[in-house]
Amino acid sequence: MKEEPKDLEVTKEEVKTSEGTERTRDRRAYIPRANIYETNDHIVIVADMPGVDEKSVDIRLEKNELTINGYVEEESYEGHSLMYAEYGIGDYQRTFIIPNEIDRDKIEAKIKDGVLRLTLPKADQLRTRVIDVKAG
Amino acid sequence: MLSRYPYSSILREMERLQNEMNRLFGSFPSWERIAPSYPAMNMWVNEESIILTAELPGVQSENLDIQVVGDTLKLSGERKAEDLPEGARVHRRERGCGKFTRAIQLPYEIDADKIEAVFEKGVLKVTLPRAEASKPRKITVKAG
Repeated sequence: MKEEPKDLEVTKEEVKTSEGTERTRDRRAYIPRANIYETNDHIVIVADMPGVDEKSVDIRLEKNELTINGYVEEESYEGHSLMYAEYGIGDYQRTFIIPNEIDRDKIEAKIKDGVLRLTLPKADQLRTRVIDVKAG
Repeated sequence: MLSRYPYSSILREMERLQNEMNRLFGSFPSWERIAPSYPAMNMWVNEESIILTAELPGVQSENLDIQVVGDTLKLSGERKAEDLPEGARVHRRERGCGKFTRAIQLPYEIDADKIEAVFEKGVLKVTLPRAEASKPRKITVKAG
């Protein structure tokens, strides 16, 4: 089954902080674009975080809030000056509320080529079951 | 008030406002045409070389093609759609996919044989050394 196409997007969306609050890191923070799909036994979150690898990602689950943080170093090249910039560079931050049916101890995360993939398995006893209906 | 913020913060704020405006008016086709083509690129330059960077998360290097003719760089490729397991229900679909191509004008001619491209963590970095012939020459002025 192929994913239905969605057009490529050029701009990144910045994380909005509410009025009067500021981030502690003096860096921009972007909302990683994500795809989420669900099957009978798990939920999968796929998020674009270019510039982030396994060492610079932090994933935390607190109550039912799953927070992803990705830290990206400032870009600069010795002796070069930035002639023009079409995109900004900064950290990534996003929080998802996860359903209760997820088995919290078995969440898996992988990151490759700047794409984070989280697999959230559903707890066995809470999995949707198909009930066979017998004639009679 | 201004002294509290470094210059870059003001630029950021302006960019944020601009993005906000683009988002608000985004439904009008005339605004959409202004958007630069994919992928967005940053260009770092000095007298000796150009460094071009682009964020291409999830793109495989075999699906990426870089060509340089004279002072124009052409970047094309494809970001493939993900294979979903049978029966998957999609909750969100924000990641775009498809083919892309864009040409970018470089500030000077480059030595095509010495181009280096590194693609790591979904970030492409292309280093383009300046062609000898296009390097500025210093003219010594003799007295007499």
